[in-house]
This record gives sequence, structure tokens and C-alpha cells, in this order.
Amino acid sequence: MTLLAVDDLHVTFDTEAGRVEAVRGVSFSLGRERLGIVGESGSGKTLTGRSILRLIRPPGHVRAKSITFDGTDLLRLSEREMRALRGQRIAMVMQDPKYSLNPVLRIGAQLTEGLRQRDRLSASDATTKAIAALEAVQIRDPARVMEAYPHELSGGMGQRVMIAMMLIPNPDLLIADEPTSALDVTVQAEVLTILDDLVRERGMGLIFISHDLRLVGRFCDRVLVMYKGRIVEELAAKDLMQARHPYTRGLLNCLPRIGGARGPLPGLDRTADWAQEGAL
Amino acid sequence: MTAALIEIDRLCVDFIANRRTVHAVRDVSLSVAARESYGLVGESGSGKSTILRAICGLAPVTSGTILIGGEALPVRRGRAFSARVQMVFQDPYASIHPRHTIDRTLSEPLAIHGLKGSDARVTQALADVGLPPSFRFRYPHQLSGGQRQRVAIARALMLEPEILLLDEPTSALDASVQAETLNLLSRLGEERGLTFLMVSHDLAVIDHMCDRVLLMQNGMAVEELTREALAEARMTTDYARTLFDASADRMLG
Repeated sequence: MTLLAVDDLHVTFDTEAGRVEAVRGVSFSLGRERLGIVGESGSGKTLTGRSILRLIRPPGHVRAKSITFDGTDLLRLSEREMRALRGQRIAMVMQDPKYSLNPVLRIGAQLTEGLRQRDRLSASDATTKAIAALEAVQIRDPARVMEAYPHELSGGMGQRVMIAMMLIPNPDLLIADEPTSALDVTVQAEVLTILDDLVRERGMGLIFISHDLRLVGRFCDRVLVMYKGRIVEELAAKDLMQARHPYTRGLLNCLPRIGGARGPLPGLDRTADWAQEGAL
Repeated sequence: MTAALIEIDRLCVDFIANRRTVHAVRDVSLSVAARESYGLVGESGSGKSTILRAICGLAPVTSGTILIGGEALPVRRGRAFSARVQMVFQDPYASIHPRHTIDRTLSEPLAIHGLKGSDARVTQALADVGLPPSFRFRYPHQLSGGQRQRVAIARALMLEPEILLLDEPTSALDASVQAETLNLLSRLGEERGLTFLMVSHDLAVIDHMCDRVLLMQNGMAVEELTREALAEARMTTDYARTLFDASADRMLG
């Protein structure tokens, strides 16, 4: 069953220097699966994720034939209807907990805010639910974390709090934008396992946006590779090492490997035919 | 056997935070030979960057000694030190003065040390790191992250130091730009006979660049491995094993 279908998405910015096309005709569909979107800075992967939630503000402009989520075209919804959908049915986890949590509010207040405002829960019910959510992301001492301010948490803890916050309304689709890039490798593995379990148990769809091809290859079912605002290759994650497109191959090859050869790492040839305007 | 160029013996660094003492580095010893490249790997808070900062005099050393070329370092590091040892920081967005042109950034070390021929040296420095001469009068915001990191490397090399301290020099960069930057460092290291002391959280990057690596956790040295031992996964401690298994490039099998 298709949960989300994006048809011919364009994102443009009108700047002083003229119109910049950041996303140029991206189409994909997603069931209750884990879809990875990979690309380098400026490839348009984050904008693609934000467009789904209609979070692009002027001078940015989103245009698409349709963005269909569970049968409704998101582009036709009013801002009010869209707000009811955000968080409730489609949630987004941002890259860095340091910048995404409110630094002057305790974690407890931030976790229960939505429950109290939106679901009109009592303070004690909201707290019970928030603690359960923290337990779901394997925070060992949820009562202490509820009382803590964001700066008192480590990066890994902060990111778990963000995931807990997004999971409280039990959304159908989770968009995770570089959810582990600010974390250490060992913590990264833990957070990904938590995310993976939650997605499986609750049968959510997941869009995992990352610059790390290896991580996406291990964690997702399907991978879209973006370059300069276009999808250059789509493949099953298990076939990643057999990627055909020179850009995907280039990205894979330029990573150093433990025990690999010592010589210069192969760079990306951005002057090749595939990288030219006409070929994209 | 020639004496080690960098010799650190039982180094301890303590910070006082909220009236509590934080032991950032505890009893770490290491030695790096001339022209060797040595890596420090660990999670955030393991003390790896603090060691580099301690060498530069930017962290309070509680006990232990740091010798460069067999000599103890003066408390105020001074010009003789900066002519020998230079550092490249992680974030090229934060480590270059935003309101100075590249030319001013690169010629400042020369001015401080009273060296002449700044004009020719700046042009040469840009060429050495593979930047066109037209970049000379640009500002940092007109450069991409990779280009800025090249400027940071060029600045560190202006005084022709022997030792380069590299603090996560590529973690803020895209994969393809990381490859270009690592290649640049390898080439410059080769050409100028540099000694690298490099910090990274990415074991694969360290493996690519370094001859030996020290794994750190909670401010302590856990295990030292040669490049061969790392490639063959001959680590003896559990922590080294965990770090090795979690390393991203293991994920592709």
C-alpha cells in the first residue's frame, strides 16, 4: 500500500542572482518501509523532506503535480489542515538536538506540551505518557530526564528525547533528517537500533535523509541517491555495492576503508558527462 | 633509534566545572617519531582533542610532561613553538576570521614572525593547497567548506612547521570533499616531511592516514594499535572491538 507518493516535485528560490532550482522534478513513492535519501550538501535531500511537510517558507517555492499522503493531496490542504497533520500523522526528527530543543524549558515541559494542548490530557496523564515514550527510546532514568534541561543531556540522550517527542502522537510517517550525524559512532548504532525497532513495531513509514551512504545502505530497504536536485539512482539497499550510476559509485569509492589501500582516494569527477546540465 | 619528536608522558588535564573537577585526560603517554602520523580515536568527551589543545598550551596541564624534539615547552608557547607546531581545527566555518580576506589570514603569521616576501609566499601557499590565485582577495563566506579547510591548512603551513596537529580536519566535510582533503594532507605530508598528530572519531579515516592509532575512552588511553593490527582486527580490549564494529565502513560487510 502506498503511504506517500511524490510526483514531480520542484523547489525553487528567487534570489537576487536569479532563480535557483534546488529540487528539480523528484518523484518517488513510499509504503510502510524504510526509504533512504542520500546526497551531498546542496543535493536537495533536506528540502525534499521539508517539502512533504510544507515547511518551505518564502522566498522558497514548492511546486509539484501532487504530494499524496494516505489518499489526500497535501498541496491542496489549507494551512490549518496541514497543521493538524504535522506531528500527528507525519513527524520529523531534525539533525541536531542542540538546536531543535528549547534550551530554556525542561524536557518534561517540552514532551507534555503537545499532549496537554492538543489532546487535552491532564498534567499527570501527560507525564505518564511522556515517561512511557522516554522508556520506549531506552532512556534508563526517565524521571531524571523529565526534570533536566537540554544542555544537561548528552548528544545521544538529546536525540533520543527528540525521537520520543516525535513518536508520542504515533505518526504514520516519520521523516528523519540526519538524525545521527551529530552523534558518536557507537551512540549512532544505538539510536538507529531504537529507531528501527519502533518503525517495525508500529509499522510506520520512514524517510531517512543522510549524507552517509554506508549508513543508509545498512539501515534502509530502498535508497534514492540525489545529485543537484535530481534523483540519479534508485536501488534496493542490499544492492548498493552494485550501484551503476557513476555518482553513486564515486561516493562509495571515495570513502576510506579500514585496511584499504594507502594511495590517494579516488575523487569525484564532476566534469564527467553524467554531471553535465543536459545529462541530469 | 632517534628520539621521538613528540613525547607525552603521563599527561593529566583537569577542568573545574560547577565546582567539580573533571578529569579530561588521565595519565596518557604517547610518543610520535619524526615523519610518523599518529591517530587519536574516541567518542566525544574521551579527551582526544584536549591532548592537542594541551600541546598548544590551550588546556590546563595538571601533571605530566610534553616534550617536542626532546625539549620541554615554555608556559607561554611563543614564536619558536608556532614555527614548529601548527594546528588545523575541525570547523572551517569557525576557525577563519570572517572579516579578513584570505590574503590577510595567510599573511598574518608571516607578519608576526617578521618574515619577508609575503606576496610571493601567499601566492605559493594557495597554489600548494590547490586553490586558484583569484581566491586571494576573497572573504571566507565566498568559499565552500572544502575550500575553507584548504585555506586553514595553507595557514597552518605558512611558517613551514614540522608538526601538524589535526583536530577532526574532515568531519565537517562531504565524503568526496573529505577524500580530496585527505589526499591533499597526504601529499603535503610526503612533500614536506611533516609529522601528523590527528584526531578523529572515524576509525576508517585514521586508518587511511596514520601509522599508529591510540584509542581513548573517558580521558584514558585504552589501546594502541598499529595500522596492520587494526586492519587484521587484532585488538585486545572490548572497547576497541566495539568501536571497530560500530565503524561505518564495517556496515557494508
